[in-house]
Amino acid sequence: MKNLTAGALIAGSTMLSPIAAFAQTEVQFWHAFTGRLGELVAVQVEDFNASQDDFTVVASFKGNYSETLNAGIAAFRAGEQPEILMVFEVGTATMMSAKGAVRSVTEVMEASGAAFDPDAYIGSVKGYYTSTDGEMLSLPFNASTPVLWVNRNAFEDAGVDPDTDLSTWQNVGEVLGQLKEGGSTCPLTTAWQSWIQLENFSAYHDVPFATQANGFAGVDTELAFNGPAQVAHIAAMGEWAQDGKFIYAGRRNEGGANFRAGECALFTESSAGYAGIKAEAEFDFDVRPLPYWEGVGNSPQNTIIGGASLWVMEGHEEDEYEGAAQFLAYLSSSDVQEQWHKDTGYLPITTAAADATRESGFYEENLGTEVAVIQMTTNEPTENSKGLRLGSFDQIRTIIDEELEAVWAGDKDAQAALDSAVMRGDQLLRRFEAAN
Amino acid sequence: MEKRVTFKGWLLPLCLIAPQVLVSAVFFFYPAGQAIWQSLFIPDPFGLSMQFVGLGNFEYLLSDPYYRTSFLTTAIFSTLVTLASMIPALFLAVVADRLIKGAGVYRTMLIWPYAVAPAVAGVLWLFMFNTRVGVVSWYLGNLGYDWNHVLNGGEAMGLVVVASAWGRISYNFLFFFAALQAIPKSVIEAAAIDGARFWKRFWTIVLPLLSPTTFFLLVVNIVYAFFETFGVIHTITSGGPQQSTTILVYKVFSDGFVGQDLGSSAAQSVILLLVVGALTIFQFKFVERRVHY
Repeated sequence: MKNLTAGALIAGSTMLSPIAAFAQTEVQFWHAFTGRLGELVAVQVEDFNASQDDFTVVASFKGNYSETLNAGIAAFRAGEQPEILMVFEVGTATMMSAKGAVRSVTEVMEASGAAFDPDAYIGSVKGYYTSTDGEMLSLPFNASTPVLWVNRNAFEDAGVDPDTDLSTWQNVGEVLGQLKEGGSTCPLTTAWQSWIQLENFSAYHDVPFATQANGFAGVDTELAFNGPAQVAHIAAMGEWAQDGKFIYAGRRNEGGANFRAGECALFTESSAGYAGIKAEAEFDFDVRPLPYWEGVGNSPQNTIIGGASLWVMEGHEEDEYEGAAQFLAYLSSSDVQEQWHKDTGYLPITTAAADATRESGFYEENLGTEVAVIQMTTNEPTENSKGLRLGSFDQIRTIIDEELEAVWAGDKDAQAALDSAVMRGDQLLRRFEAAN
Repeated sequence: MEKRVTFKGWLLPLCLIAPQVLVSAVFFFYPAGQAIWQSLFIPDPFGLSMQFVGLGNFEYLLSDPYYRTSFLTTAIFSTLVTLASMIPALFLAVVADRLIKGAGVYRTMLIWPYAVAPAVAGVLWLFMFNTRVGVVSWYLGNLGYDWNHVLNGGEAMGLVVVASAWGRISYNFLFFFAALQAIPKSVIEAAAIDGARFWKRFWTIVLPLLSPTTFFLLVVNIVYAFFETFGVIHTITSGGPQQSTTILVYKVFSDGFVGQDLGSSAAQSVILLLVVGALTIFQFKFVERRVHY
């Protein structure tokens, strides 16, 4: 029945597009990119299709990250899953534990004749999607990491030297006070508070976010982000919020509008915010490494990534996997990665692409774009900074959002809020463990 | 005396009710049964394995203080949405009913907001009340009021209530307006001749004669507030700040469709079904007594 419908679909699409040679194997690719990113993906797909005659990749936009994951899951239940599905980093544990629904990239690549060298990928990028025994589960596609964005004009307006050292939170704290005194209405704002202020904070200071190597070593993991380092950081941010030095704008990247409008002096946000800030900001801006607390943990270690990776799903014919492998190999090629990195501000996934970008002089022309790459690659990732692999993580992030809001509003102190978040999150982890 | 139509045999009556039974079975009994069945398991999202937990999902939910608080939030939210969508609608209907010229234009304008999808309405209101660039929050700022629904739970609740009730006013207006038109003019004129003023007539004649409509709208609006408002919540607050706008149906949506926790989500929809069922029975048993048909 399934083959019949698939056959009918293919027959139908062939009739609709008589140009496509009928011998080509179709590879479905579901993604979550619209707008500019959607256009860039479409170009990649077209170029791949034009580069060879055996396979046709058909890219479909399926909504935002959560919606795309849902579409993939629903399709799998109905036996209509695509060959390649884009899943955001938060869904990694969900996909990983779906044995029988996904096929690892290593397996797909090795079974095909496609060029594949696991060592070509940047450690801290692929680490997020690699199992403890070195099997690459999915292919990192768009990866970014948080950095500190500085509005130089806002500094000058408040009478603060924009070249002040902002590498530590101690310094940032002092500067926030000066900015506030200088009349700034928004000295600091942040996007993605859980990702930046807790997940990346923990990795950057080399303290655990969860036990079992942040979930990499097993689903019996427990949250651990209520340690002294994290509590001190959240307490400091809570104080800044009370003093009007840190302005909370929302759970996602709402703060970006305030920063791009020139209102906020400092903004912690993904390196992929580059395109938007460059296009809209009518002020001089700077990109700095994410600040760290001097004397806390092993800082600065490395930050971790956010973004999405491409998963290959089970239940297809061998030649379709061959096509998927060819497409993934094409995406990993140095030229494609270099272009993607320059166009979007997302990190290159291979060292070759990173080197090629550097040699092309792009970083000299676009100051600050290299900060994210350096921040990710200076140190070899540790157990605490490889990434996170936690089930129900989307819900856990919501819990963290709720508890942090209690701190920003002054309803709870940092310790109580983080303790409560850990307790509530652990309940979800136990449910996830029971389900898998 | 009630008039009864009697059918000979079973075939014709069965055929006549079959479409309704079929629709209910396909769109209500089958999914509801599935939800009850699923609520006894913790399944993995892909449907590869299912862990039977009995009433474990319910136990987990009811022992969660945040879930219990969400009942209270839902009660406050539903009451406010129902009041905020019915009272202005009644007022507008009474005013429109008294219009002699331009009633058609007026009516059309008032029905417009109903055409706006809840999620879109949510975005519209969010733009107006955006803490930084919103028009309304800017005026409030000029008046010295610092609007911040991103951190202030009360303001967030107010905003989602207004956004949910807004489109609903049109719907309620339609029903109230039709009901007002159906009230015989002679009754009102007789009262007017007897010297009853507008308010007296409204309280003693119009409102009682509207009671079947009011009751119908009460039931329908509560069901609306319970089930159909998650789009508004999703676009405006996502349940926050903290959990101040996390109503039951939003939690069903976010746990099921965002968190992939289908067992808990199914258990929550069963609880929601029971709550709304109980509420409707209560309304028909106690509130309906005061309705004059």
